[in-house]
Amino acid sequence: MTQTQKKKSTDTTQKKSPETATAPNVEQTNGSESSVSPKTQAKSANPPPTARFTSSAPNDHRLVGGGRTDSGRLMVHKTYKMWVGGKFIRSEQGRVLGLHNAEGDLVTHYVRASRKDLRDAVSAARSAQTPWATRSAFNRGQILFRAAEMIDARRESLIARLQEHANLSAAEAAQEVDAAADRMFWYAGWTDKYIQVLSSVNPVASSFFNFTLPEPTGVVAIFAPTNAPLLGLVSLIAPVILSGNTCVVLVENNAPTLAIELSEILATSDFPGGVVNILTGLRDELLPHAAGHMDINAIASCGGNEAQDRAIQIAACESVKRVHFFEQPQTLDAWCSERQQSLYSILPFVEWKTAWHPIGV
Amino acid sequence: MQTYRLPKIPTVDQVQVESRAAAFTTRSIKKGAKKAALELAIRMMDLTTLEGMDTEGKVQMMCNKAMQPMIGRPCPSVAAVCVYPTLVGVAKRALVGSDVKVAAVATAFPSGQSFLPIRLEEIRQTVAEGADEIDMVISRGAFLAGEYARIYDEVAASKQACGPAHLKVILETGELGTYDQVRKASQIAMDAGADFIKTSTGKVSEAATLPVTLVMFEAVRDFFFQTGKRIGIKPAGGIRKAKQAWQYLVMVKETLGDDWLTPDLFRLGASSLLNDVLMQLQRLETGNYQSSLYFSED
Repeated sequence: MTQTQKKKSTDTTQKKSPETATAPNVEQTNGSESSVSPKTQAKSANPPPTARFTSSAPNDHRLVGGGRTDSGRLMVHKTYKMWVGGKFIRSEQGRVLGLHNAEGDLVTHYVRASRKDLRDAVSAARSAQTPWATRSAFNRGQILFRAAEMIDARRESLIARLQEHANLSAAEAAQEVDAAADRMFWYAGWTDKYIQVLSSVNPVASSFFNFTLPEPTGVVAIFAPTNAPLLGLVSLIAPVILSGNTCVVLVENNAPTLAIELSEILATSDFPGGVVNILTGLRDELLPHAAGHMDINAIASCGGNEAQDRAIQIAACESVKRVHFFEQPQTLDAWCSERQQSLYSILPFVEWKTAWHPIGV
Repeated sequence: MQTYRLPKIPTVDQVQVESRAAAFTTRSIKKGAKKAALELAIRMMDLTTLEGMDTEGKVQMMCNKAMQPMIGRPCPSVAAVCVYPTLVGVAKRALVGSDVKVAAVATAFPSGQSFLPIRLEEIRQTVAEGADEIDMVISRGAFLAGEYARIYDEVAASKQACGPAHLKVILETGELGTYDQVRKASQIAMDAGADFIKTSTGKVSEAATLPVTLVMFEAVRDFFFQTGKRIGIKPAGGIRKAKQAWQYLVMVKETLGDDWLTPDLFRLGASSLLNDVLMQLQRLETGNYQSSLYFSED
């Protein structure tokens, strides 16, 4: 709460320049330019003045709330990085994107992942997968419970961040944070129960004891929802990892910084490095590389447009990936609804193993 | 018999060597050049298995892979397989009709801590089994004690014992301590008649690095200027990624020149590098990042 008030007061003291006020959409134009690699840009005759920054309104160096606090302290601005293999890293390309508020002012920068960042994240997820899956279900549950606990512990700062970065009201922000903690808590309980509920003992017409049980698929790429920057992420990550999958999450939404806040929570919840890897960037840029990646076993996607979903399906054919599209709720209330948490969200990311055990021999 | 005296050799500037070696990692190798580099790296590879648990079956499988690293696309075979002496016969039989050579580690590998007559006899027997190349280790203990003449004599005697086989001398740079020591050891091995100098056994945690290999390159280059003889180099141990492989190739080209860009004068000793190189080649061909699950382990 205090942070919100602070932010409001600094907002009024800082004079908004006319350039910033008229250029909330600069991000779009610069975004397309920077699809060329930085090296190519450097060689071209007239490199754009801010080649490394994909979102550069003329006054972008003046951050909202920049300068000093009310009490005269220098503001300590947070650097939002990505979370890969248990480490907080910048992109190997050094590119960033800008996060703007409703007035078009720059709030902060966040990382724009490259395809090499994606590749690194996948290899981190791959090497973390077997150790994660071989942990006891109870232990995985403990870790997910711990994550729910940590969301709760950072409730106030998450609420403040949702207000500043996602333009939510205080009440909406609180609703989203509480629902996120509850959802993580709910899925945590399933780690040592979903196998019992989903498995079956099958009647067969010979002297075998025949049973079927689910096992994790492997490495799952998650294209995060484009809304509900905290709750949406939790709702997709939890059902994927609870069974022993590891994941690489690509976040492109109205406040990707919340994904990094969440990764700080997960990092302090005893998750081994590489179980969850969070990249921020552009879905269109990384989608073909993720969908075609031979070392990704499944894709969970939410909030993509028709062309993107189609591109995933086509590129995923080569390695016969499991692909699952989650329908994206359009309102916060819908996201918070209990219908968004389901045992059946675990199902798309498991493989079924049937064992024939001889009896009466 | 005259006692060997180490000639005057220049000292190594640690800071310069490390920064120059670091510069080789910044070259941008793309598309066609990358493909050529990867294929060259395969042709220069000594595919290695040096485990206590090696069996005949494992060596046979490795030899099959050495001859035909990849099924379904044209791919060069590797330069050699590198095995323990007792498995040379198996490898030799498995490789009949191919150009792949058999290298064997002899002389009480990896420590070298045994009696000289036994080590020489090991070389003779290994060559008799059919080894084309012998990878020997120097006595690091003696070297660090300053007994350079003894090292020289041992290498010279090993060279004699090799007969027609090529001799690679493993310096085990991770145990030598400083770049100056590496440079000295390289000089002694070359003076004593080594055909190749090799960085490491792969059994010590600090294995081949770019700077240490650069020091050896410079020793080889200076030796060539003085004597006109071309000595080969084999970095080994810790080279697991295709990216590392082409960094070494860049360093060869920019330090020793094109003459050394041949399997006769440059080798990469590795066990898991081959799969990563194959994955990169496949990635270049298909455009998709690859998974190790689709590549055979042995």
